[in-house]
Amino acid sequence: MPRTEAQPLLQVSDLHKHFPVSQGWLRRRQALRAVNGVSLEIAAGETLGLVGESGCGKSTLGRAILQLQKPTSGEVRLAGQALQGLSARELKHARRNMQVIFQDPFASLSPRRTVAQIIREPLDVHRIGTAAERRARVEELLAVVGMRSNALNRYPHEFSGGQRQRIGIARALALEPDFIVADEPVSALDVSVQSQVLNLLGKLKAERGIAFLFISHDLAVIQHVSDQIAVMYLGRIVEQAPAMELYRSPQHPYTKALMSAIPVPDPARRISRIALQGEVPSPLNPPSGCAFRNRCPLATEVCARQVPELEIFSASDAGVHQVACHHPD
Amino acid sequence: MTQPLLEVANLTVEFATDAGVIRAVDDVSFTVTAGETLALVGESGCGKTVTGLALMGLVPSPPGRVVSGSVRLQGKELTRLDEQALRDIRGSRMAMIFQEPMTALNPVFRIGSQMTDVIRRHQGLTRRQARQAAVEMLAKVGIPVPEKRIDEYPHQLSGGMRQRVMIAMALSCGPQLLIADEPTTALDVTTQAQVLELMTELQREFGMAMILITHDLGVVAQTCSQAIVMYSGRMVEQAPVQELFARARHPYTAGLLASIPRIRERQLQQLPVIEGMVPDPLHLPEGCRFAERCAKAKDYCLLAQPELKPIGKTASQVACYAPN
Repeated sequence: MPRTEAQPLLQVSDLHKHFPVSQGWLRRRQALRAVNGVSLEIAAGETLGLVGESGCGKSTLGRAILQLQKPTSGEVRLAGQALQGLSARELKHARRNMQVIFQDPFASLSPRRTVAQIIREPLDVHRIGTAAERRARVEELLAVVGMRSNALNRYPHEFSGGQRQRIGIARALALEPDFIVADEPVSALDVSVQSQVLNLLGKLKAERGIAFLFISHDLAVIQHVSDQIAVMYLGRIVEQAPAMELYRSPQHPYTKALMSAIPVPDPARRISRIALQGEVPSPLNPPSGCAFRNRCPLATEVCARQVPELEIFSASDAGVHQVACHHPD
Repeated sequence: MTQPLLEVANLTVEFATDAGVIRAVDDVSFTVTAGETLALVGESGCGKTVTGLALMGLVPSPPGRVVSGSVRLQGKELTRLDEQALRDIRGSRMAMIFQEPMTALNPVFRIGSQMTDVIRRHQGLTRRQARQAAVEMLAKVGIPVPEKRIDEYPHQLSGGMRQRVMIAMALSCGPQLLIADEPTTALDVTTQAQVLELMTELQREFGMAMILITHDLGVVAQTCSQAIVMYSGRMVEQAPVQELFARARHPYTAGLLASIPRIRERQLQQLPVIEGMVPDPLHLPEGCRFAERCAKAKDYCLLAQPELKPIGKTASQVACYAPN
């Protein structure tokens, strides 16, 4: 690794999350490998964008890292501390340093609590400060996310999607975490509001040095927010690179197909899509070897035999470019 | 001059709510010529979907009501037709597909029976002929092994396949107009591209006009020839797509185009934004509805709503006192 910083903030190695599924009249038990051996690192203050299509395991990966869903195997370390095997109490303590922002600002805020109660909850749970200090902190957080203090005693339903997402962000900031998982935080928002929230997240990253795992299906959004980007397909990372490098020279055929399919907002530029065959296979029954091979224009016999490992393709000051493919360009 | 396929004039739709009457569509007028693709673009709540439903005579009533205006398909006024007459037109001459095919398909019937119902209703074929027609249509939309898939239930298909089935069903009676409401929004990008290509191909093959309702300006740029931008129930701009992207006349359109995240040569520190929010539909301002978010707004913008007017001799129209 060319990077020399002492230790990344987040280290994930060979993480697996499998779900048992029974199917058929024999109720045969199978494992759905939602996350199938993922390793990644995020440096303090950096954003790793995680991109992939629905069902690729990106949300499950985020939840497994936060231990919201207990990983089947593998290791997660936050600021050097291993998170697996912690007692409930220890985990609660560790959670002060890692928070989450969800996609749906309608489902992720309790409709029966006021905005003040919602934002204060993490402070209550962790018994931080006196009542007066908590109140002051809540007002400050509301200002940080660009809302007025007259919102404090109102309920979530009184706000638009964009404002609710700001409330969710204020809640995530309450404990001053070093690391936030943002799971599709702007996908439910309209374009004009989406950019407001993205700018807010950018400001928080710059001013507070928060590291993000930013999960999205939108390659344009991912490009804007990320320092590094990982592309996921059927439970595995197939390519990872510094943000601009990935767009300049995508190596994995899946990344290329994904990029070629985006409708460009410019009628003068017709997209020339790389046609993929078929659809994403069922994660219950993925193809042998490379999971992408049955849709891949480059697949050969070796792809059916051997799972390609994530290997270093190139390295620069911005970081390393890794790709898991038997036939990269 | 030939008669346009569809003429919509001064269409206004209201909904009664507990808090008061909401005017979801306010004085919307446009025409669609045979074979063209028109985009209805705007953000949630702008009235684009309700406009589509009103064209089909599908505004849920109550609480909704088409208050005024006319919708003519090949010269025939639709707003005063009774349900029976509308049913003859829906499906056969105009059809609509929706964002979430799972809610539009009936989960307890096989795909085949849902498709043949439509075909037999409009074309008077026998059961066997209708089934044959359905299989052919499924093959046309790229469903593999259609003669087997036709006997499956909607839940057995993936999202992309379901949307293909919806398209097959909508096109099975050869409508002249297809209204597609966010047909690819629920799909992944690679599937979205496949479905959009399919729709464009079939449109050409059937010589059908299409109204594509979407919030995605990328989709508009790639598939449409004309576009209408809606804001808060009103049309704010109408233009050929090339013109719209080359020179957006309305400040809202310009702001929208600037703020869409797009893949760029370098990363920006900040994305351009449109500050503020859409006005509350229960408390609409007197003047231009975009004025409070508009950097160029003048005092007179707050006094009265700007009318949609042609710009010089161009094919574009804009509702703004000081268009770009």
